[in-house]
Amino acid sequence: MSVHDTAEPNRRDFLYIATGAVAAVGAAAAVWPFIDQMNPDAATLALAEIEVDVSQVAEGQSITAKWRGKPVFIRQRTAQEVEEAKGVALSDLKDPIARNANLPADAPATDINRVMGAGSPGGGADLPAGREQWLVMIGVCTHLGCIPNGQAGDYGGWFCPCHGSHYDTAGRIRFGPAPENMAIPPFEFTSDTVIRIG
Amino acid sequence: MQWLDARLPLPRLVYDSFVAYPVPRNLNYAYTFGGILALFLVVQILTGVVLAMHYAANSAIAFDSVEKIMRDVNWGWMLRYMHANGASFFFIAVYLHIFRGLYYGSYKAPREVLWILGVIIFLLMMATAFMGYVLPWGQMSFWGATVITGFFTAFPLIGDPIQQLLLGGFAVDNATLNRFFSLHYLLPFMIAGVVILHVWALHVTGQTNPTGVEVKSSKDTVPFTPHATIKDGFAMVVFLAIFAYMLFYMPNYLGHPDNYIEANPLKTPAHIVPEWYFLPFYAMLRAITFNIGPIDSKLGGVLVMFGSIIVLFFLPWLDTSRIRSTAYRPMYKIFFWVFVANAIMLGWLGSKPAEAPYTWLSLVGTIYYFGHFLIVLPVLGLVETPKRLPGSITEAVLAKSGGGGGGRPAGAAAAPDTKG
Amino acid sequence: MKKLLPALLAAGLAFAPMGLAFAQDGQGPTENTAAEEAAVGTDASVEAAEEGHAATPHYPIRHPEQMDWSFAGPFGHWDIAQLQRGLKVYKEVCAACHGMRLVAFRNLDALGYNEDQVKAFAAEYTVQDGPNGDGEMFDRPGIPSDYFPSPFPNSAAAAAANNGAAPPDFSLLAKARAVERGFPTFVFDLFSQYQEAGPDYIHALLTGYDEQPSPEVEASLQPGTYYNPYFISGPALAMPPPISDDQVEYADGAPQTVDQYSRDVSAFMMWAAEPHLVERKATGFVVMLFLVVFAGLLFVVKRRVWAGTPH
Repeated sequence: MSVHDTAEPNRRDFLYIATGAVAAVGAAAAVWPFIDQMNPDAATLALAEIEVDVSQVAEGQSITAKWRGKPVFIRQRTAQEVEEAKGVALSDLKDPIARNANLPADAPATDINRVMGAGSPGGGADLPAGREQWLVMIGVCTHLGCIPNGQAGDYGGWFCPCHGSHYDTAGRIRFGPAPENMAIPPFEFTSDTVIRIG
Repeated sequence: MQWLDARLPLPRLVYDSFVAYPVPRNLNYAYTFGGILALFLVVQILTGVVLAMHYAANSAIAFDSVEKIMRDVNWGWMLRYMHANGASFFFIAVYLHIFRGLYYGSYKAPREVLWILGVIIFLLMMATAFMGYVLPWGQMSFWGATVITGFFTAFPLIGDPIQQLLLGGFAVDNATLNRFFSLHYLLPFMIAGVVILHVWALHVTGQTNPTGVEVKSSKDTVPFTPHATIKDGFAMVVFLAIFAYMLFYMPNYLGHPDNYIEANPLKTPAHIVPEWYFLPFYAMLRAITFNIGPIDSKLGGVLVMFGSIIVLFFLPWLDTSRIRSTAYRPMYKIFFWVFVANAIMLGWLGSKPAEAPYTWLSLVGTIYYFGHFLIVLPVLGLVETPKRLPGSITEAVLAKSGGGGGGRPAGAAAAPDTKG
Repeated sequence: MKKLLPALLAAGLAFAPMGLAFAQDGQGPTENTAAEEAAVGTDASVEAAEEGHAATPHYPIRHPEQMDWSFAGPFGHWDIAQLQRGLKVYKEVCAACHGMRLVAFRNLDALGYNEDQVKAFAAEYTVQDGPNGDGEMFDRPGIPSDYFPSPFPNSAAAAAANNGAAPPDFSLLAKARAVERGFPTFVFDLFSQYQEAGPDYIHALLTGYDEQPSPEVEASLQPGTYYNPYFISGPALAMPPPISDDQVEYADGAPQTVDQYSRDVSAFMMWAAEPHLVERKATGFVVMLFLVVFAGLLFVVKRRVWAGTPH
């Protein structure tokens, strides 16, 4: 370029580099809002955590709550269903991992680990009486995302009509193409009758 | 690069157009608005595309969806204000660009096609801006759309069917909103297409320059990069700084408060005004309050308003002067600045209520507007005695900078830049 | 235009007698009004008197006084205590008639309330939800993600319950009302960054009920309307004076006067209309700083590049 300059080359180079660097910083900063606008907005985030009143759910009944666009099955299981689930040996399970967001990723899929919410630091030992029959589970089949039917299938739990996956009364996959147990969302009993999910 | 060049000569095209391309060495900052306009077209398209991810073109929820963008979407307030104020700054830049063209005679042979393409871009911009203003579905959106589509009813017989065709109903409604959104999304890309033709035509004829004397030798030019690139870049950042001032500190200054009230088809605002960039044309529309023979005042106003832009198409043939640059036309220089003042006055009148004395002032302004193009330009070219033109760009430049060559202090060389 | 212009003409004729009345008003008791105004300390009376000479009356009769707002200017910020007081005024007084449907309870965390306070605040409201399993709509206490419920189910019901004039929603009112500034003030506003026309107007309106109309104006008032020279679209409005001294109890010791209530609720409404205002101005400062530095660098580079080329 036809630059005629008497200043030292070093100073000139520094000026050009500094200007280029400032331009790059500005461009990067300007790009961020255009990307960040795609993230969930404030109204969506406000619904990322819901509270569900379960005082009307009697033993043997279920309700479905909508959480982050997905159904969450909340079921007060009968004593018989709990016993059935407890009686299953881990070795009989297709997926031996609890898949519980409130527990470590490698927790085994025992029945107690399937019903544990947040706020029980002592493991299953300090789970208050009457909580173990409450199953809170994301009602999405882990195969290809269909919604399973309740109290159906060969194991008395859930049955996915799409491709024939059978889940037991703790929502664990027992037979069929689904690879994993149905997921347990982060949740906590904030009182005896209110569950906070999220 | 060479591999690609042999198959698709895109690198060569870019190099020839934006690196080695020779530009007159005496271009001042008035010539930077082309680059600024390109930047703002990109800004408007980018912000528009992301706003469309959140906007809902349905008359029941359009207003609320814009407010959701303003309140809940991450950075939504900034993107929306950028888009709204960006439209205004787009027009500020385009008006300065047009006045630059008028002053330096950029429309004269051999640049007629370049100029006409520019007028087409201007028309597309006006259509895009108008339809974009309808989308927030506020009171001004709704009633602006009602009034502007009402222009077409001025034409006898075909007027009403045309209006119904445009609106998709008997009044502005959901169907109107949906088609305006679709077209508002489409037109910017058509603008971009015509811009490519505009730049192509520019690179065929080369730029004008403040002297109006064509480039005669390579001494008259400098390479586009780095000279024009850095100058345009500096002007862009200064313009962006002014834009940022409005965007962040007074984003609603150029808007109208009534557009924060949701559209109500049963209640007209007390005082309908278009966005500021349409005000001069709006003043001319309202200036015709009398019937002209068989043409009633309504049709007359609409014809005058459309005519004010149509006349720009014929500008290259209306100006009879062979001198390009107004700098060498002492009499036209006066008329040029009167024209600028008149345009600003018309803009101010457009914002005033339609009552005396504003209506007759508008009429005076309208008469001058057309008189400038239809009388002053053709006649002045025949009677005016121009100043002596410099022999070449280099001669003009060296005369201005005192005959010195290279190696002069940077400050002295940069000073003439500041002359508009 | 065929329709608009005759309509405007007709309106002009219809208002002509009124305009005459104003002209007389402007000439006669001008000194009186001016004296009163001087006592109150506003300077709007001169403009008002001038307006009186025009053929059609222009509203408002008086221009609002420009107030000091904490959120004005390039470093504007919210006065959190003021916003909390404004919320209290809104909740206890205005909310009886005016909704605020675009503001959610969760937004109140910007007013310095923590999550539990927002939850408790929301629970004081009853929100309609549903349909439930039986297909019925049902009422439940509000939660943070709910929006402020409107006092009327729709604007027709609101108008029917309020003498034909629906009380406007508050969500955007502070941006939807502005008295025209006129030339050359609007040019100066560019440099003073005046953007507070909305809160100024609301404050002026709320404190403007005390003034007495001239006999001519009084004769022209519609029954069931209340004279207010600051009202933007007429001499009187359908809303009765909404608030009086000591009507709302302030815990923080701020004066319990109509003037203070009006300031607080105006500031609150500005927040409701533009919740990101402070964030916007703070971001703007950084961006402006960047652009000025960048422009300076580019200017120096540009001078270097062009140094050897007279132009």
